[in-house]
Amino acid sequence: MKLAGAGLAALLLLVLSASAQAQQEQPSDDEVNAIAKGLYCPVCRNVPLDVCPTLACQQWRETIREKLALGWTQQQIEDYFVAQYGDRVLASPPPSGLNWLVYALPPIAFAAGALILAQAVRSWQRPKAVEGAQPPAANDPYRRRLEEELDRRA
Amino acid sequence: MIEEAGYLAMVIALGASLFGAAAAAYGARRGRPEWVESGRRAMLLVWPLISLAALAIIVLLVSGRYDIEYVAHVTSQAMPPYLKITALWGGQAGSLVFWSWLMAAFASAAALRRWDRDAELLPWVIVIALGTLAFFLILVIFVENPFARLWLTADGGQATALFRPEGATALHPSDGQGLNPLLRHPGMIIHPPMLYLGFVSFVVPYAFAMAALIAGRSDDRWIKVTRRWTLVAWLFLSLGLLLGGRWAYDVLGWGGYWGWDPVEIAAFMPWLTGTAFLHSVMVQEKKGMLKHWNMLLIILTYALVIFGTFLTRSGVLSSVHAFAQSAIGPLFFAFIGLTSIASLRMLQLRWGTLRGENQLNSMFSREALFLLNNFLFIIILIVCFLGVIFPLISELFTGQTVTVGPEWYERITGPLWAGLLLLMGVAPLSAYGASSWRSLGRQIWWPAALSSLIPLGLLLSGLRRPAALLGYWLTGLVALVTLYEFWRGAAARHTRHGESLPLALWRLASRSRQRYGGYVIHLGVVLMAIGILGIEMFQRETQGTLARGEQLTLGRYVLVYDGLTQFSTPDGRDISRAEVSVFRDGRPVGRLFPRQDFYVSQNQPMTIPGVRSSLEDDFYVLLVSWEPIAQQGATFKIYENPLVNFVWMGGGVFILGTLVAAWPEREPERRRRAAPSRASMVGA
Repeated sequence: MKLAGAGLAALLLLVLSASAQAQQEQPSDDEVNAIAKGLYCPVCRNVPLDVCPTLACQQWRETIREKLALGWTQQQIEDYFVAQYGDRVLASPPPSGLNWLVYALPPIAFAAGALILAQAVRSWQRPKAVEGAQPPAANDPYRRRLEEELDRRA
Repeated sequence: MIEEAGYLAMVIALGASLFGAAAAAYGARRGRPEWVESGRRAMLLVWPLISLAALAIIVLLVSGRYDIEYVAHVTSQAMPPYLKITALWGGQAGSLVFWSWLMAAFASAAALRRWDRDAELLPWVIVIALGTLAFFLILVIFVENPFARLWLTADGGQATALFRPEGATALHPSDGQGLNPLLRHPGMIIHPPMLYLGFVSFVVPYAFAMAALIAGRSDDRWIKVTRRWTLVAWLFLSLGLLLGGRWAYDVLGWGGYWGWDPVEIAAFMPWLTGTAFLHSVMVQEKKGMLKHWNMLLIILTYALVIFGTFLTRSGVLSSVHAFAQSAIGPLFFAFIGLTSIASLRMLQLRWGTLRGENQLNSMFSREALFLLNNFLFIIILIVCFLGVIFPLISELFTGQTVTVGPEWYERITGPLWAGLLLLMGVAPLSAYGASSWRSLGRQIWWPAALSSLIPLGLLLSGLRRPAALLGYWLTGLVALVTLYEFWRGAAARHTRHGESLPLALWRLASRSRQRYGGYVIHLGVVLMAIGILGIEMFQRETQGTLARGEQLTLGRYVLVYDGLTQFSTPDGRDISRAEVSVFRDGRPVGRLFPRQDFYVSQNQPMTIPGVRSSLEDDFYVLLVSWEPIAQQGATFKIYENPLVNFVWMGGGVFILGTLVAAWPEREPERRRRAAPSRASMVGA
């Protein structure tokens, strides 16, 4: 009797869970957009996938929905799009190969510019005293004679 | 008939430009002023001639001459007449004529000014103004001809030419394609003219600068003469950029106003150098420093203006292949290359004559802070340029193209903008010549402390993002310092002249336009920064499909889908318009009508949002798609954009400030040439 009851309970549980699975929510538009926001339309130029109005983009968003429903993560979906359409679907260049330039150049430019600026400022700040700093014609023979004359007179 | 007349006018204008430039150069080299005068008269002619050509195009556009290729491309029967007129700048060929028309207007205006004091500059201003104009005329006459007709060739193909090709017959299409729907919005009608005005008017200070270099003048005459031109150019460029942002927000349907798109950046780059230039010329005027740098800046601005014109018209930077498809690309690059090399060479030749007259005595002096300002603007420029060309470099070297998106730009330029804001708060308190960090510190501690109440308050209310806290602290600092400058100046006037506060402020602005106009512009920037921080950092969105009567919630807002109507308009649109009710905190705040306009002949939809605006935020609703048959479900995308209206308000204040700064001051009495003294007369 107890065995039958347990078996019935197990069957009920199975049926309930199966029907619950069938009613599982499709990923919402917001969830799809959250992923699409980080991707770019593979064919239109510089248009993010969540706002692109074309039919092709609608289909790509549906693809995202399908993948989400299958339990894919954001990283997996992005990798899938990159494999299909190339690096251009990513919102920023992936830091590999030549793309290092686009991440390295700005700080290099900043540093170089700062150096150039510092040099320029230093050249403008050279104290004028340096030019006239030499004691006025200490080695000038005429001056020496004048001093001597003055000393004699004094 | 009309098209031939228009084309002829362009050809004569080109002839006049080339003649004028050559005559002026010859007259300057040989010391024959009558030749220079001849060149100046040629420069007077160009605007009437090109006006005739532009008028011809407009007549063709309005009268539906679809046998002309340009007319067929940008107009259609369904378009209203005013839109047909604006189609003048709706396509590549027409907009090149429009650019030429504006350039000619400035050239002819320059010809009309009094040149007695600057006679040695005149010939070279003529050469540069007419030379630039000639380039654009060559493009129109030989490459992108707006007067070309459509022909059916003997072998059944289609050809475009002004004069009948061998064995071809004229085509007379009954209708045209019509203007790109995106261009039919009021914002887009005025945005290109403003932008082009901004571009073209920057040619004038460049021409004067080059003229001063070539003529061997090392004084600041060229800056004084062109200061107002420069401000006006900057005004138009700023206005063009603001209008472009507003148009994008109203019509492009992605809830934003700036996407860091290469075309946007192309127009932004000359603005960056132009702003740097506006500040550094003040240092040259006050202290006679940075002469070499100012020359470099104006040369760079000119190159970027031509580059920007080129980029905004052709989608050339979309790919390397698109670049090579038309002759326009290589021609533009050749022109930019030649003029840049020639300008830099000229600067090199005259390098020694531009000696600075003063020293930099303190890193906290105003001139030093202006230098830092320039440094930051140039770094931002380099970042923008890198972002625009990198996809091409990547494509060229690896075959794969990449997208350089907003995140990259924002992450890198964010700290630089913060640095500029900081400078805006500190520099007004510094003095020319010398300021110590101690004297600055004494003045700045109280606005810094006072404005830190803002991030404190924000922290207490739950805000955690450090960038926003820093940003709002900076905006508070700049606002306090700038307002304090107004108060300080007005108080001084009150003490000295007994003026009431409003009168004192008015007098301040009218006596010291550059300074106080500049402060108003800074206040405009503060307002814009408040708005930009709000929408960039705190925008929320949601999307959902609703049946009639259902609702969608976003934060404090609730949207209820009431219904959908569909109808057609006489100008060729099929419209689907949704009606929604908006509630905030449970109370009704209005009804909105987001819609989709489908332009039948272009097969192109446009999504127009319904927006409820308040100072606090915008509730921005897009009708993304709908089920036409069942009328049961409609998909809405909603954005909540906090503080976005501060951007437009700030833009208005910004423009107002520029007008204040550019308004003519009561002319200082022109010093009359001293009458020959009696002694010298006696001696003669």
